[in-house]
Amino acid sequence: MKPAPFDYVAATEMGEALQALHEGGTEARVIAGGQSLVPMLNMRLARPATLVDITRIPELSRIEAKGDHVTIGAAVRQSTLERWPDLADRLPLVRAALPWVGHTQLRNRGTVCGSVAHADPSAELPLCLIALGGTVTMRRRRTTRSVAARDFFHGMMSTDLAPGEMIVSVSFPARKPGTGYAFREVARRHGDFAIVACAAIARSDGTATLSVGGVADMPRTLDLPADAQGLDERLNEFAWHLQARDDLHATARYRRDLVRQLGRATLKEALSCRD
Amino acid sequence: MPRLTQDDTHPVRFTLNGRPVSARVTPRTLLTDVLRHEIGATGTHVGCEHGVCGACTLQVDAEPARACLMLAHQAEGCDIRTVEGLAKENALTPLQEAFREHFALQCGFCTAGILMTLDALFSRQPDADEDAIREALSGHLCRCTGYAPIVQAALAARNRIKGGPIDA
Repeated sequence: MKPAPFDYVAATEMGEALQALHEGGTEARVIAGGQSLVPMLNMRLARPATLVDITRIPELSRIEAKGDHVTIGAAVRQSTLERWPDLADRLPLVRAALPWVGHTQLRNRGTVCGSVAHADPSAELPLCLIALGGTVTMRRRRTTRSVAARDFFHGMMSTDLAPGEMIVSVSFPARKPGTGYAFREVARRHGDFAIVACAAIARSDGTATLSVGGVADMPRTLDLPADAQGLDERLNEFAWHLQARDDLHATARYRRDLVRQLGRATLKEALSCRD
Repeated sequence: MPRLTQDDTHPVRFTLNGRPVSARVTPRTLLTDVLRHEIGATGTHVGCEHGVCGACTLQVDAEPARACLMLAHQAEGCDIRTVEGLAKENALTPLQEAFREHFALQCGFCTAGILMTLDALFSRQPDADEDAIREALSGHLCRCTGYAPIVQAALAARNRIKGGPIDA
């Protein structure tokens, strides 16, 4: 349960980190909070030749609310976002989801962008990013690009990140007036991985979306039109469409049932808290 | 840019319970191992080594964190506090006293980590209610399953901390 050997680069500016990632190619990994990566190193599920620590790069520690977006730098820890005074006003969905991310001891180190980069199908922050229609901004040595969350995630622990590339920030659309947001999750114990997690957004024009994590290989979204009839039937179709599988934690059937029940409850909550 | 090469040891410096410490370790060395094997501070326990059990919890810059999920070199320049930093000159803290009085430990393996989580909780939130205490404790496993007395001890400690000195 000890990591295999690696070189460690503690970058203090972006150029250093990007150069080290460029040189390391496919054998280099970014480390920030390490709350997903270090367990994988300890279990030797990951054996990078070089780790590039980005937490000492000052510009990556910023939370910026500009216009209708909130941009969160790659070194911002989950607990820092949790204590951001504007969180409830600007990102009510993220505020509702954050207490479900691991335990407080993990959120004190773990970063928002690290959870996105790790792309665990049951993770709460990728679910919120997809539900809200956020973007991921990535850099490599000479290029910067932004990709919509739904295109960034490719599947279970698989993303659009290329060798030599790192996430510099993620951007969440901020709360819109007249819109309701709700987050619910079922796990064996608080802090465990979600068996099913639901994020619902109900808009002022009557449309709504339900995004679900923990079932498919990545969070998936159901769009509901303004005059949505037969919600139970739609939820049932969606539950089957997600192609749940049995695993140690729950059966596929239980997951489908949670999508139907928890999905309906989360949508209902979002509808009722529109303001 | 400093590149710490994998096969060599490199110096790391941080503050441990208020005193500066240093060690030379390879990049892959975990914070738990530099504390226990290089510095000899064995109060921090090692359980699962992948962040689940909470036995190795200590405080990094006053916030509880898993020492097994930190590379020693990530602690460079940090203020690290472990269970050895709680009692002063053999005088237990109110939290430790409450654990003793309430028999809030059996084998004691999980205790060091739990104390560091609760110490940080009460520093930030001296009036933490039972829900907040249980939420903080959810990051710790006690395989003697002694959770009820642990919660009682935490509540008693909170009352004493709120109400002033232990013998008030």
